[in-house]
Amino acid sequence: MALLEVNNLDVRFALRGGDVRALRDVCFSLDRGERLGIVGESGAGKSVAAFSLLNLIAKPGYIAGGSITFDGEELSGMKDRGLRRIRGNRISMIFQDPMMTLNPVLSIGEQMVECLKAHRRISTREARAISLHKLNQVQIPSPETRLDQYPHELSGGMRQRVIIAIALLLDPDIIIADEPTTALDVTIQAEIMDLLLELCEKHNVGLVLITHDLGVVSQVTQRMLVMYAGRVIEQGPTREIINDPQHPYTQGLINALPQMATPGSRLNQIPGSMPSLSNLPSGCAFHPRCGFVNDANGEPRKACLDKVPGFVDSGNCRVACHMVAELVNQQQRDSREEIL
Amino acid sequence: MRENAMSDTIVPGRWARFRDSYLLYSFKRDLVAQVSLVLFAMLIFAAVFAPWLAPANPYDLAQIDIMASELPPFWIDGADPQYLMGTDAQGRDLLSTILYGLRVSLIIGFGAVLMQAAIGVSFGLMAGYLGGRVDAFLMRLADIQLSFSTLMVAIIVGALVKAIFGGATFSEYAVPLLVLIIGLAEWPQYARTVRASVLAERSKEYVDAARVMGLKSRRIMFRHILPNTLSPIFVISTVQVANAIISEAALSFLGLGMPETHPSLGSLIKSGFDYIQSGSWWITLIPGAVLVILVLVINLLGDWLRDVLNPRLYKG
Amino acid sequence: MTAAVSQHDPKASAALAGHRENDTAAPLMEIRNLYKRFSLSGDFLEQLKFKGGKLVREQEHVHAINGIDIDIRRGEALCVVGESGCGKSTVARTVMGLLSPSQGEIHYDGQRVDHLSAKELLPYRRRMQMIFQNPYASLNPRMTIQQTLEEPIRLHHPDWSKERVRDQVRDVMDSVGIDPDWGSRFGHEFSGGQRQRIAIARALAVDPEFIVADEPISALDVSIQAQVLNLMMEAQQKRNLTYLFITHDLAVVEHFGTRVAVMYLGMVCEIAPTGTLFAKPRHPYTQALLSAIPRLEDDRPQHIRLQGEVPTPVNLPSGCVFHGRCPHANERCRQEVPALIDVEDGARVACHGVEEGRL
Repeated sequence: MALLEVNNLDVRFALRGGDVRALRDVCFSLDRGERLGIVGESGAGKSVAAFSLLNLIAKPGYIAGGSITFDGEELSGMKDRGLRRIRGNRISMIFQDPMMTLNPVLSIGEQMVECLKAHRRISTREARAISLHKLNQVQIPSPETRLDQYPHELSGGMRQRVIIAIALLLDPDIIIADEPTTALDVTIQAEIMDLLLELCEKHNVGLVLITHDLGVVSQVTQRMLVMYAGRVIEQGPTREIINDPQHPYTQGLINALPQMATPGSRLNQIPGSMPSLSNLPSGCAFHPRCGFVNDANGEPRKACLDKVPGFVDSGNCRVACHMVAELVNQQQRDSREEIL
Repeated sequence: MRENAMSDTIVPGRWARFRDSYLLYSFKRDLVAQVSLVLFAMLIFAAVFAPWLAPANPYDLAQIDIMASELPPFWIDGADPQYLMGTDAQGRDLLSTILYGLRVSLIIGFGAVLMQAAIGVSFGLMAGYLGGRVDAFLMRLADIQLSFSTLMVAIIVGALVKAIFGGATFSEYAVPLLVLIIGLAEWPQYARTVRASVLAERSKEYVDAARVMGLKSRRIMFRHILPNTLSPIFVISTVQVANAIISEAALSFLGLGMPETHPSLGSLIKSGFDYIQSGSWWITLIPGAVLVILVLVINLLGDWLRDVLNPRLYKG
Repeated sequence: MTAAVSQHDPKASAALAGHRENDTAAPLMEIRNLYKRFSLSGDFLEQLKFKGGKLVREQEHVHAINGIDIDIRRGEALCVVGESGCGKSTVARTVMGLLSPSQGEIHYDGQRVDHLSAKELLPYRRRMQMIFQNPYASLNPRMTIQQTLEEPIRLHHPDWSKERVRDQVRDVMDSVGIDPDWGSRFGHEFSGGQRQRIAIARALAVDPEFIVADEPISALDVSIQAQVLNLMMEAQQKRNLTYLFITHDLAVVEHFGTRVAVMYLGMVCEIAPTGTLFAKPRHPYTQALLSAIPRLEDDRPQHIRLQGEVPTPVNLPSGCVFHGRCPHANERCRQEVPALIDVEDGARVACHGVEEGRL
């Protein structure tokens, strides 16, 4: 059994126009030490997915259904007390904005010691020693002096290193990183990503990396999910998805990157924009923007307009697309005929 | 090429926009705001139509019967059914006097706030947008103004006018004078609020875009920045109207406001105060209650408006 | 032909610009020895400090731009890249006259523009326009799209009839892919990508020839970025625009730029045609920057790791601003500020190592 398993997760936001479904039927799993990327554009629900794992979604959001199983324990209905035992201790989070995690009026050392003592019965001296060790691990220069510094005295890259040190403080099983490098410059981003990758591998820590950057995902993760309008539309090994995306949206996303076109030529854009969650198109939410909505006869496929696509297995990937389903069925039929 | 993400091209009108707005939505769910608005509307209505609603004209000396002075309101023995709320010491019908007084109080309240807003908003805009020396000068001026309390300024100006031009002239021009005094005393509130929001707006890119376009400073200030600072101006205005009414009442109570022949709520309270010992409590307490309700509902409406217009609460 | 002008040192090109024989040879915009400092010390009273029993006036400055020379040629898209704090946005804002330079000159079409009054600048305002980074802040929330787009046209063409203004607005909305019937809507009713289209429409409304785009796509999603980039390239072809494109995204630069200027701490460290720069980056900083782009293809990239972080622009390092993080720095780099020198393929590099042939 996987370390973390999410099944049919359904998250809603109770707004004045009625419930808005931010996540529907989200399923994925994470093995010990595995690195999983969640990719999507803004509004796709990738951050909501990350936050709901630890039941951190703020009101008016709530988990309306599904299960989140971590190491055999069900998290979705758990009381705050039980969750606190897991949060920060066995699953820790890294946010996009370091200042969201760091308290500006406490020194780095105080925050790390406080975090350690909240979960373990140890002396301040021991806690400080552990903190120092962790700061060393994230390769912060002169860690002793950093312990007594305040967050505002550090640069952006340094702060994110401190955040990683805090995330590693209690030797968690999983780190959830929500756009950890988006606010940073390219050179710093590369360093932080390298560091995160190295530490996860060394300590066998699982990583859930939420990002919009396909380049980062392809370099760091082993498996990835692509989300669109609150649903997972494709999941599988990262390399396979990047090299041979099946879902038209994933294809569009990858082909839209400037590096996929010859310099100076037109980029392969996806027309339109992501629908708002409160007003989703019928059937497959992507169909108004999809270039493959028509079948062989040039008519729009009825299923695309009416029916939400389920997952089909295509190679090692699972794809939620009627067109892909048709192709897969066709292939299966062909191979059966060949056998006959 | 063209995007069709917005399927309906029908543009909602103003009314539809209002119907779908957060303003109306939150109003429908807020009982306090609803009750306040109803009461406030009633008070405004009563003040505007006082000449038609009031059973008597308290300014008309011919209608006053000195023999009917200090009659109690209708629910107390010895009341005259002709005077629903009783009469004051001069025999004026109290209900009519309150209605006319409410009118005076509201005129001064709104007039003073208009004056404050006119000065404060333009100073705040200039200070915030132009910055530098203009900013420093205007804000120091505001600091100086704020270091004098409203009442102190009003008392000095009122006393001076009375001493120089005499009580009769003062009585004649009491309303514009009070508007001027209260208006001048409190403009820094506006100036500071507006300046703060102008500073926030000025750093936004649409202002840069307007500058890049080549628009004149004046147009950028009034056409681009001012409309975006209206929310805090509205909120502060409610509080300021209530404050101005209270200031006027306080001045009148001290004898520096409206004369008793032309009473506002404040001077009515004052005129009745001398008779409270003799048992005629209604002359003070009924106008007092009206004043309290008026100020309270304005403040409650202001609170609600502030919550609604606070962008952090709903824009996310 | 254009190359002849800007490949030389500023004096020579200024002299060339002086007696322009061939109009196309002259760059559209010349930035000469530009400096921009921001005071950190507040007003006069706040600058006074007690030091050693004496009252002294102390001023601290952020050195955002420290002497840059850039020519922008007609019809090209010059990209300025660099990390946050390198002064690239300040360049854009100074060029557009939103900031006045502390030192140096800006010439537009042969005419010095940085010291002009608002009124004298007005004709240039029509010819140069700007697109901003944040589509959520760059449209006035209290104005409809129609009002937003009409405003610049009315200002620059006061003699136009109402119908003509309206037609122009329809045309420009159509050209950016926004339904002209949506004019009475407000900015917040549109998605981020649509807003950026509207912001582009506002810039195009007065038919400019030069557009400064300050990170126009970095606030947008990947699929929308492609739409907006396509739109900008289309407009460039149709209207023969010249772009000054500020960005931190090198993948976009590679696709979009004719030439690239790499900035570090307010200085240009390398300026070269895009193909040359990506094929053969010469400055150590450019090399590090290029190696840091997350690519789809390779699994484990080998980044060039730089030591330390970007120093603050308050106290500039002596010599080459990059020497503190440069793996190849020597004594000369710590002392002497490198000048841009011509190397082959139309590239110019400011690096002692390249000049000495060490790199």
